[in-house]
Amino acid sequence: MSTLVQIGKSGEPTATDDFLKGLWRDNPVLVQVLGTCPTLAVTNTARNAIAMGLATLVVLVASNALIASIRKIVPKQVRIASYILVIASLVTIVDYGIQAISLEVHKALGAFIALIVVNCIILGRAEAFASKNTVVRSLLDGLGMGFGFCITLLLLGVVREVLGSGALFGVELFGPRFQDWVILVLPSGGFFTFAAWLLFFNWWKQRRAARAAGGGAR
Amino acid sequence: MSDQPLWTVFLNASLINNFVLAYFLGICPFLGVSNKIGTAVRMGAAVTFVMLITSVFVTGINWLLAAIDAPYLALISFIAVIASAVQLVEMFIKKTSPALFRALGIFLPLITTNCAILALALFQTNRGYGFVQGIAFALGGGIGFTLALVLMAGVRERLELLDMPQVVRGTALALALAGILSVAFMGFAGLGG
Repeated sequence: MSTLVQIGKSGEPTATDDFLKGLWRDNPVLVQVLGTCPTLAVTNTARNAIAMGLATLVVLVASNALIASIRKIVPKQVRIASYILVIASLVTIVDYGIQAISLEVHKALGAFIALIVVNCIILGRAEAFASKNTVVRSLLDGLGMGFGFCITLLLLGVVREVLGSGALFGVELFGPRFQDWVILVLPSGGFFTFAAWLLFFNWWKQRRAARAAGGGAR
Repeated sequence: MSDQPLWTVFLNASLINNFVLAYFLGICPFLGVSNKIGTAVRMGAAVTFVMLITSVFVTGINWLLAAIDAPYLALISFIAVIASAVQLVEMFIKKTSPALFRALGIFLPLITTNCAILALALFQTNRGYGFVQGIAFALGGGIGFTLALVLMAGVRERLELLDMPQVVRGTALALALAGILSVAFMGFAGLGG
C-alpha cells in the first residue's frame, strides 16, 4: 500500500490512491477528527455502528458524485449553501429509505440519521475534493472515505459492545459470569473508547516514525 | 403537544441531558474552541443566540409544513434557516468585535454544521414542544453547551502548564477529559425527576 501512496504523491494521483487514502492515510475520523458526533453517539452496539456507517457512506458517495457533476454551474459565492441543500435532500431520501427497510434500526439511530446533514465529513469532502475533481474520482474518494468512516465506527462499536454488554451483534460471548462494563455503553464510555483508540494509533504512528528514522534501532 | 413544565424542559436540556456530554452534539467546536475560557464563553453565547433564533423559526416552519402537508421538507427548511441565522450572527460579530471574529475563526461559519443546533430543531419537533417550551429548551441547550465548553476550557488552560508525554497531547487527551466531565454530569440524572 505504501508504494501506491508514493506513486500518488509524486505524479498524477492514481485511482487506487483516491480510494485508499480515505481508509488509512487520511482516515476521516482517526486522522482528520471529523464527524465525531455520530462516531461517539451511535457506537454503543456494533449493529448500530454498521447501520450508521452505511447510511453515511451512501449519502457521501451520492453527494460527492452529484456535487462533482454540478461543480461548473454553481457560482462560487453560493456553493456552500447549494452543497448543503444537495446533502439535505439526499439525507431525507436515506431517512425515508431506512424507515422503509427497518423501523427498528430507524428507532435505534433516532435523530442521528437526520443529523448526517451536518456531518462535517460530507461537507468537508464536497468542499475539499468533489468541487475540484471529476465525477469518477469523486465517487472513488467518497467510497474510500465512507468505508474509512464505517471501519472506524465498527472499531468503536465492537469494543463498546463486547466489553459493555458482553456480546457481539447481539450474541452473548462470555456466559453468565461476565460482569458488564456498563460505563462503556453509557455516553462517557464513548469518549473513553475513542480516546483509547486515538492513543493507540498515535503510539503506533510514533513508533513507526521512530523506526523509520532510527533504521529499526528502537 | 408536550405538557412538561418549563423548568423541567430547561433543566433537562442544560444539565441532565447536556447536549455535548450526554448526546454528543457539537463535539467539533467543543474540541476546537475550548483552549481559552474567554473564547469559550463568547462561542457559547453565539451558539445560544443561534439556537434561540432557530427555535423561534422552527415553531413557524412546523406550523407551515403541517398546513401544506409536506413533512419531508422539514430537514431542508431547518438547515436553510440555520444557515441564514449563522450568516446574521457572523455579520453582527464582524461589525461589533473584529477581535472576537478573528478568535473564533473558521468555527463561526461552522456553527451552521454544528449538530447541536440542527438537533435542537429535530428534538423540538419530535417532542412536540410549543413556542414557549421551545424557547426554554433552546436557552437550556445553549447554556448547557456554554457550561460544557467553559468547564473544558478551564481544565485545558491548566493542562497547558503540565508536562505531558507527546503521545497523549491533543485530541486523545481532550476526549479522555470529556469522558470524565461526562461521568460527572451523570450525577445530575436524579435532578428534576
